[in-house]
Amino acid sequence: MYQIGVSQPYNNNLFAPGHTACAGCGQSLAARLVLNALGPNVIVANATGCLEVFSSNFPQSSWEVPWIHSLFENTPAVASGIEAALKALGREDEAIVVAQGGDGGFADIGFGALSGAIERGHNILFIVYDNEAYMNTGVQRSGLTPFDASTTTSPAGGCSFGNPTDKKPVAQIVAAHGAPYVAVTSVGYYRDLERKVQKAAGIKGPKFLQIHVPCPLGWGHDTSLTIKIARLAVQTGLYPLFEMENGEITSVVKITPKPRPVEDYLKPQARFRHLFKPGAEEELKKIQAIADENIRRYKLYEG
Amino acid sequence: MKITLGGVAAPGSSRLNKTGGWRVFYPEFLHIRCTDCGLCQKLCPEGCIFKADKKNFYADLEYCKGCGICAEECPVHDIEMRPEVR
Amino acid sequence: MDQVRKTVVLEGSRGVAEAVRLCRPNVIAAYPITPQTHIVENLSQMVADGLLKAENIRVESEHSAASAVLGASAAGARAYTATTSQGFLLMLEVLYNMAGLRLPVVLTAVNRGISAPLTIHNDIQDSLAARDTGFVQLYAEDNQEALDMHIQAFKIAEDHRVLLPVLIGMDGFILTHSFEPVSLPTQEEVDEFLPPYKPVFYLTPKAPLTMGTKTDPEFYTEARYMLHKAQQNARQVIVEVAQEFKEKFGRFSGDLIDTYLTEDAEIIFVSMGSLVSNLRAIAQELRQEGKKVGVLKIRAFRPFPFEEIVRAISGAKIVIVMEKDISLGATGVLAQEIRAAFYGKANVPRLSGFVVGLGGRDVTRETVLKGLRLAQESDHLCTFLDLNPELLEEV
Ligand SMILES: Cc1ncc(C[n+]2csc(CCOP(=O)(O)OP(=O)(O)O)c2C)c(N)n1
Ligand code: SF4
Ligand code: SF4
Ligand code: SF4
Ligand SMILES: [Mg+2]
Repeated sequence: MYQIGVSQPYNNNLFAPGHTACAGCGQSLAARLVLNALGPNVIVANATGCLEVFSSNFPQSSWEVPWIHSLFENTPAVASGIEAALKALGREDEAIVVAQGGDGGFADIGFGALSGAIERGHNILFIVYDNEAYMNTGVQRSGLTPFDASTTTSPAGGCSFGNPTDKKPVAQIVAAHGAPYVAVTSVGYYRDLERKVQKAAGIKGPKFLQIHVPCPLGWGHDTSLTIKIARLAVQTGLYPLFEMENGEITSVVKITPKPRPVEDYLKPQARFRHLFKPGAEEELKKIQAIADENIRRYKLYEG
Repeated sequence: MKITLGGVAAPGSSRLNKTGGWRVFYPEFLHIRCTDCGLCQKLCPEGCIFKADKKNFYADLEYCKGCGICAEECPVHDIEMRPEVR
Repeated sequence: MDQVRKTVVLEGSRGVAEAVRLCRPNVIAAYPITPQTHIVENLSQMVADGLLKAENIRVESEHSAASAVLGASAAGARAYTATTSQGFLLMLEVLYNMAGLRLPVVLTAVNRGISAPLTIHNDIQDSLAARDTGFVQLYAEDNQEALDMHIQAFKIAEDHRVLLPVLIGMDGFILTHSFEPVSLPTQEEVDEFLPPYKPVFYLTPKAPLTMGTKTDPEFYTEARYMLHKAQQNARQVIVEVAQEFKEKFGRFSGDLIDTYLTEDAEIIFVSMGSLVSNLRAIAQELRQEGKKVGVLKIRAFRPFPFEEIVRAISGAKIVIVMEKDISLGATGVLAQEIRAAFYGKANVPRLSGFVVGLGGRDVTRETVLKGLRLAQESDHLCTFLDLNPELLEEV
């Protein structure tokens, strides 16, 4: 009925241009790196969110691979059905099943579905693009919004320094389910990202990747700084990159040459602007303490 | 065109949407110091940087949104952002 | 296995499970909720015993059950789920989505009342919440019909003129937990009747495509219109499938509607589900007293058989709609639709709408006869027939 013309991918990318992500969007870059690392034999289920909206505006699509969007909170369950169908139809070797979405879609509203799908042991690669807020609806706080970030629902103000809570440790919670492979990576470390994607793809069972993806619009930084900001998150200790295999941490990305002060990461971002006004000194110390604790706990730097 | 069953769309068809019009600055590839590292090509969110030849990269301005990541990340500063003239 | 057609006494849930098994679904996913549980327990046992070769996904919620069968169907599988009441409502968001994506899943909507107050007992308030989802909706009168309807449902859903999910309403406990003799078709017969699912397209790297796009105002209306058109097409397909089923299996329990003694009837009861059986018995009894009473069964609630209904009952003097649901603040849902069917028509019968049997209350012969009496006296927009005044504090 619908003979869809097979054309060569543009510039060897499985994620085509013409998508409507903001200029400099870390998530659009990460999505392209992920797909190129996986190759064409995948089936992707994608949650509602920026990535879905900017890539699938009828009648156009940026996806060169089979792709489905259903709803915001059900993507891991949709992927469970796809995986089961491939098994039942004897098409298991046809594709790697990927379930992907934002921090909101996977770590908040879809967390039950994610937990269920991982606990059932489906052979699915779960990917969370962590831009630390609900961006598609206008930068509202999520469970992965960092401490003191100003969002439209956790705004800084006369009586507030922004989001009052720390990031939910999603990767650790997923690992506690017994998932054989859990990794946190960043679009600022593309080699690390590609390696972890490919490693995950080679493992049978549920595997989980969390990718830090700066959002110039929501974080309020220059569009050219997406990669720099992502790297600073790691180099300050605020966003540790690690792998967990069968519940144990098996690798971390070390900080070299030495940890940067958190101000280097915070300052270029409008969401932390209020921390550089008089009276916020204690807040900066609290954030430095979060970074220091990460460095200690994950052994990111031995000085 | 017709509405498709369930609103399915053809793969990669967003290529029809030329986002180059969004640009305020464009990347000028100087071709002076390029070391052929390929980083600009890897990190362009549009995936629109091509390699014509050895040490010869260029951006497809049909899609380039002018984000400036390529210029910012080029290790040898061989790309410069210039104001778009239209 | 299943070499000869046999008549066996089965629990309603088991009958449905046997029918589903005979339809060879590739993937099933369901979450337990009373009184749907026996269906999925039976299916799970069949999978465990190797009698049904299907993937059985033990999801963590009904939202995920619906989502999993959605995903399976999108990947080209024949997929099945079942739920009721609160679980049905939790699925609702996914049900709209499934229809919009044109995925021919089959769902057993065991009918149960909705909280609050909590009830585990039967009425049909739950699945009527899916009125506007795009699902084809069929309601079964007895266990044989429930069994047969499932076999028909896959065929209707997967017909390329339709490609919509189908739900089968089946009264909780009254049907699901009652034992009745049913005729079980053989696997061979069902295979002949229901060939393997041939999707128009599905998720595969061999022919990549994008499903579930976002639309702008210039496209949304047409996409929704196509859904509506598929519902219209389903009218014809439901009739064809019922005929084909009759030829193959020798049973016919109606297509869009079914009629009983309506030909010359002056008074016609209208209802859906197992209540129709009660009404048949009462009509028969009244006939013996010389009263010209008949019954109209609404078998397809979506697509709604406007024309067929008008044709079947416009000869009556009085139409009495009996239903186990209420659109709070309006009237019974079915009564609304029947009234709409008659708008602008000539020879409109008098019409009364009665709400009965909510939350498992027995619909007795007395209740029905009371409705008959009231309807003869005057027309009732929406009257609760079986209220116990002693329980009510008048305000
Ligand atoms: C059930 C439901 N609730 C709310 C929404 C509105 N909604 C759409 S996308 C979104 C936020 C997405 O956030 P995230 O998952 O972090 O992805 P991002 O857009 O940040 O990439 C929200 C709240 C919805 N589509 N569905
Ligand atoms: S809002 Fe942020 S995540 Fe969304 S498209 Fe823009 S940059 Fe990307
Ligand atoms: S990043 Fe700079 S040096 Fe590297 S390939 Fe591009 S232009 Fe050449
Ligand atoms: S400016 Fe941005 S979009 Fe344009 S080529 Fe460079 S990286 Fe790509
Ligand atoms: Mg987000």
